[in-house]
Amino acid sequence: MLEIKNLHVNVEGKKILKGLNLTVNAGEVHSIMGPNGSGKSTLASVLAGRGGYEITDGEVLYKGRDLLELEPEERACEGVFLAFQYPVEIPGVGSIQFLTAALNAVRQHRGLEELDALDALRLFKEKVKALHVSDELLGRSVNEGFSGGEKKKNEIFQMAVLEPTLAILDETDSGLDIDALRVVAEGVNALRSPERGFLVITHYQRLLNYIVPDFVHVLVDGRIVRSGDKKLALHLEEYGYAWAGDRDPAEAAAS
Amino acid sequence: MVPKVEKSKALELYLEQFKRLENGAGGPEWLRPVRQAAMARSSELGFPTVRDEDWKFTNLTPLSKKAFAPAAAETKLSLDDLAGFVFRGQESARLVFVNGRYEPELSDSCAQPGGVLACSLRQSLELQPELVKLHLAKYLDYEHDFFGALNTAFVEDGGFVYVPDRVVVERPIHLIYVSTETPSPAVTHPRNLIIVGEAGEGAVVEEYVSQGGEEYFTNAVTEIVAGPSAVLEHYRVQRESRRAFNVGTVRVQQSRSSNVSCHGVHLGGGLVRNNVHPVLAGEGAECLINGVFLPAGKQHIDNFMRVEHASPHCDSRQFYNGILNDSASGVFSGRIIVHKEAQKTDAKQTNRNLLLTDEAQMDSKPQLEIYADDVKCTHGATIGQLDDDAIFYLRARGVPEDTARTLLLFGFAAENLERMRQAPIRDYVESLVTEWLPHGEVLKKLR
Ligand SMILES: Nc1ncnc2c1ncn2[C@@H]1O[C@H](COP(=O)(O)OP(=O)(O)OP(=O)(O)O)[C@@H](O)[C@H]1O
Ligand SMILES: [Mg+2]
Repeated sequence: MLEIKNLHVNVEGKKILKGLNLTVNAGEVHSIMGPNGSGKSTLASVLAGRGGYEITDGEVLYKGRDLLELEPEERACEGVFLAFQYPVEIPGVGSIQFLTAALNAVRQHRGLEELDALDALRLFKEKVKALHVSDELLGRSVNEGFSGGEKKKNEIFQMAVLEPTLAILDETDSGLDIDALRVVAEGVNALRSPERGFLVITHYQRLLNYIVPDFVHVLVDGRIVRSGDKKLALHLEEYGYAWAGDRDPAEAAAS
Repeated sequence: MVPKVEKSKALELYLEQFKRLENGAGGPEWLRPVRQAAMARSSELGFPTVRDEDWKFTNLTPLSKKAFAPAAAETKLSLDDLAGFVFRGQESARLVFVNGRYEPELSDSCAQPGGVLACSLRQSLELQPELVKLHLAKYLDYEHDFFGALNTAFVEDGGFVYVPDRVVVERPIHLIYVSTETPSPAVTHPRNLIIVGEAGEGAVVEEYVSQGGEEYFTNAVTEIVAGPSAVLEHYRVQRESRRAFNVGTVRVQQSRSSNVSCHGVHLGGGLVRNNVHPVLAGEGAECLINGVFLPAGKQHIDNFMRVEHASPHCDSRQFYNGILNDSASGVFSGRIIVHKEAQKTDAKQTNRNLLLTDEAQMDSKPQLEIYADDVKCTHGATIGQLDDDAIFYLRARGVPEDTARTLLLFGFAAENLERMRQAPIRDYVESLVTEWLPHGEVLKKLR
């Protein structure tokens, strides 16, 4: 579903991603871990289509198409979803208004009938209920005055409404208490299916107790330096990232 | 000290017009000396120029060079022509003025003996002569205000609203000033007087619209007197033609514990000056100045706020947001004056502006004059573009870029609209703003 090949990305002339390779197949959950500043959010932003990034080399294929030439809204309509590390507060724009606009844009693109305001509201209410999130957020401006946890839950709620094919979660677990963490995990697990892929960026193994990944990758200094299964996350928690950057003694001997 | 000014063409004409009115002889006896003093004063003051600190950003040359005359009395408007402006069934009274003249046929006045009065100023001179005499021209500073003086010299008609003590008027009283096509450029001097008695409550909407009028000059003054604990929501919805001149002054006199909101919605006009001047004269008075201005094309909208704290424990809040398109220009001057005796003043001012093009221009200038020592005054102004992060956030959810921008622009104005408490007016203003916004139609589906 997603193939990232030798991706090189600069931000303001500075090399951030330096030859990143990653393949996510439908049905898989991949976790990316890595120290601060290693380029995790950069990767997420590039996949979602944020401006200001210079792709100097490599390519990204999504469902066999060149993802990088699509506008951000086209990517969303095609099923790419980014749960932001720092969701944006938008005063004056009602959550319902915003999400109705998003949902109908996506539905229209997918050949589904647009929902009228009433049906859309009904759907939102179902989703907040299923996620055990307070429906109070529907009556407010997008993220305005939300606590950190509320913002992250709102991201998951939006994901549940838009039903993406590829969901990228950028540290959605950071700073969450255990209840909020469960909301996030349940939101993801409810969507897990053979057609969907997930890219879960996190610093902590804790989340992976709830969202069990098929693969764990370690991103250091713009490259994936090690990949493994969920046990890798436990190792990282114990030994830190410095260890991951070192070559495995067995590998070293073999080369 | 008034520097000698050469009389502009327009001023000469106004003096002539005044002479033709027998030097202000119409109306009650007591009004005549007021008119004459005001005419003399406007003649001395002359049109303000950009050298004048308060007019630095607004060049009045096009107005001072142009000949405007009162329009002859004839109108063929029907209520249907006003359908777009009237909240039928949602207003407690409607006063319609066409080219400055009161139109009883189009109006629905309200005159209960001893009760609420909403009628023309001319009628009020018969129904409540003492009240009018007590308040008319008592608050507006025509000694220092050229346009106010000119309006006072030509005081003839306008809206009169009286809410007696402890009476609550729930539905808004609607004043509509319509400009129609005239053979030559017309000038009107609408004069409104709004009096709310002790613990009375009401809402008044002044609306300025064009029905065929192109180039004309509206020089309006509204005096508002809020008694102790009175509550008033005042709205000015300005939808003049894009070639019209509109100078409007709202002068509010607030007694103890009164609460007045001055909402402004400025969409029209080629050259607009929007003066709002509340004086918090009684302890514990509160005032809110809230509005949006949305110039496009070559429109110029100058908002001049002057909030005077003259008593202790008063609160004032100013929130003005502008969105400027094309090569429009805007001004926000927010002056807060805290007199020596006005301890425990709490004054806050914010002016935020979005420029949609490189050609649009905005000048924002806060001015604090504080003579008391125990006060809280804050102000802030921003001039910028839409937040890229917010645009990206919306697009990343599938919202097309145009729609994302429109949503954000609406959200920017919505902060001000939300402060308008009268639901029918807020809805009406919302639809006006929606129509104004680029791609505004996309919002209609999201209701
Ligand atoms: N807009 C920008 N301008 C300049 N440098 C940037 C910008 N965005 C990111 N960077 C730099 O790129 C590098 C990678 O940042 P990125 O946000 O991708 O890291 P991260 O792995 O997500 O870190 P964290 O764990 O702290 O979220 C950092 O050194 C950061 O300072
Ligand atoms: Mg990050």
